[in-house]
Amino acid sequence: MTQTTLSTPKKIAPVALDWKKWLGVIPFFLFAVLFLILPSLRLFIGSFTDNAGRFTVGNILELFEQKSILDAYWLSIRISAVTAIGGGIFGFLLAYAVTIGGLPSPLRSMLITFSGVASNFAGVPLAFAFVATLGRTGIITAILKNVFHINIYQAGFSLYSFVGLSLTYMYFQFPLMVLIMAPALDGLKREWREAAENLGATTFQYWSQVAMPILLPSILGAMILLFGNAFGAYATAYALTGGSLPIVTIQIGAQIRGDVLHNPGLGYAMAMGMVFIMAISLAGYSWLQRISERWLR
Amino acid sequence: MNLAKVQTLTKASKPKPQNQRIPVWSWFWFILGALYFILPLLATLEFSLQMKRDQISLLAYQKAFEDPQFIKTFTYSNVLALATIIAGIVLFVPTAYWIRLRLPEARRLTEFITFLPFVVPAIILVFGLIRIYSTPVKIPFTDIELFQPLTTTHFGTNVLIVAGYMVLAMPYMYRSVDIGMRTVDVRTLTEAAQSLGANWFTIITRVILPNIRASLLSGALLTFAIVVGEVTLASFLGVNAFGPYLFLLGQHLAYQPAALSFVTFLLTWMAMGLIQLFTGGQGQAAGAH
Repeated sequence: MTQTTLSTPKKIAPVALDWKKWLGVIPFFLFAVLFLILPSLRLFIGSFTDNAGRFTVGNILELFEQKSILDAYWLSIRISAVTAIGGGIFGFLLAYAVTIGGLPSPLRSMLITFSGVASNFAGVPLAFAFVATLGRTGIITAILKNVFHINIYQAGFSLYSFVGLSLTYMYFQFPLMVLIMAPALDGLKREWREAAENLGATTFQYWSQVAMPILLPSILGAMILLFGNAFGAYATAYALTGGSLPIVTIQIGAQIRGDVLHNPGLGYAMAMGMVFIMAISLAGYSWLQRISERWLR
Repeated sequence: MNLAKVQTLTKASKPKPQNQRIPVWSWFWFILGALYFILPLLATLEFSLQMKRDQISLLAYQKAFEDPQFIKTFTYSNVLALATIIAGIVLFVPTAYWIRLRLPEARRLTEFITFLPFVVPAIILVFGLIRIYSTPVKIPFTDIELFQPLTTTHFGTNVLIVAGYMVLAMPYMYRSVDIGMRTVDVRTLTEAAQSLGANWFTIITRVILPNIRASLLSGALLTFAIVVGEVTLASFLGVNAFGPYLFLLGQHLAYQPAALSFVTFLLTWMAMGLIQLFTGGQGQAAGAH
């Protein structure tokens, strides 16, 4: 952001030289156009095109009419929201425990490293790890059955369901929260707490009236980020459920493999709906991030 | 998705004074978190060691590593990762350097572009890439063909997948390069090198690259962690990479996939540990979730 002040002298420089400076970034922009902008644009245009190649808004309208599509979005949104809120709260408590919670500091670097690993440990290996843990013959399943005489699969639990997928997603969700919240909690100045205590505030008052209002934008922002993280996930869900749990990404995957919706335009519209939701959540994240930077930097 | 961590890359961790009382709740949450982390890994490890009946053995690992398909796909994925890292450095370093030095007005646009892969998840990206590059590429609004569909040739598919991986890795790689250049004074370094008679190539390869090697390395390791186990792009573009191989293995066999999952975990751990070592700060994360 300090760079913006540097851009002022450019007006003094001769105009003829100005455009040559842009030659240096052409490879990068060409790359972005070819492999990011153009593919996205293709889907965007496709979502407004009917089978005969004419302009239509019918595909977008149909998104809201087909029950299977609405269900897919709703399922994805629910899983993303549950893991974002659950992972967000758990991750926050963990980050609190190692920053200002009074745990010995070696535990902090342990947790941060582990979080870095876990938030990257996703896809097929993660799915397999959870099958070995909570699958029908998984270790926790076996321990619960043999030691505690609780058969979770008879009780209605399944790893290949909403709850199972959410538990699996949590494995990369709450570490991400830890990674975002630890620096934010560090940003709480000790002077604020001392000032509050000098004015006679209780711990509860300090948290509810000083710390929380400062932290809330970054907590919410991080949760939105977690939401997007789960919403765009494909590989973990596919490896775990083999496509039997129809979340949006799985449905889009099926549409790419073979036109299961029997309408290519509708497939593009479905993809664009995802991009739309991702864009909204990321815009919300960066807005909240800017608010939280007022106090925490 | 994990933009925040890229932003917090530079923030150092601060030690905090400890409370006198034993923080029971903090311990409670910490232990719960530790269990959540460790149990699935322990379960995977334990399962992978049980291939021989009633006996602990490394047979699953031996079998998994002996499979020629494993060696082939794993090597291929590593080559893809390496290609992505090299192509990424060649493209992103000069761009970030040029924008810092000469073209600050392109800064916002570039930042926006490097942010875009967060909005376009891998499954959407590969959807678009397939639709564009599985037909002959034409000059817009004409019928003049530029080149044949990329997806029909082996080389074309490789180009496409490396480009796709570069897009997925761009937020992390570009930003870590950019942050690296912020911490060293690129302008002064350039002027010093120029006054000693260095040309642009020398400046970038001998002055800029060595000075940002820490952030370059962490970007590269993160890219490695994203690419080696990646499934979405690889399976839809139909390449014979490690991710789809592991997925298919899991459809037929029980013990070998568990063994390879544990190995993947160790690899991720290694990459993150090295990043920690080089940056000395916050861990990063990305994701092929």
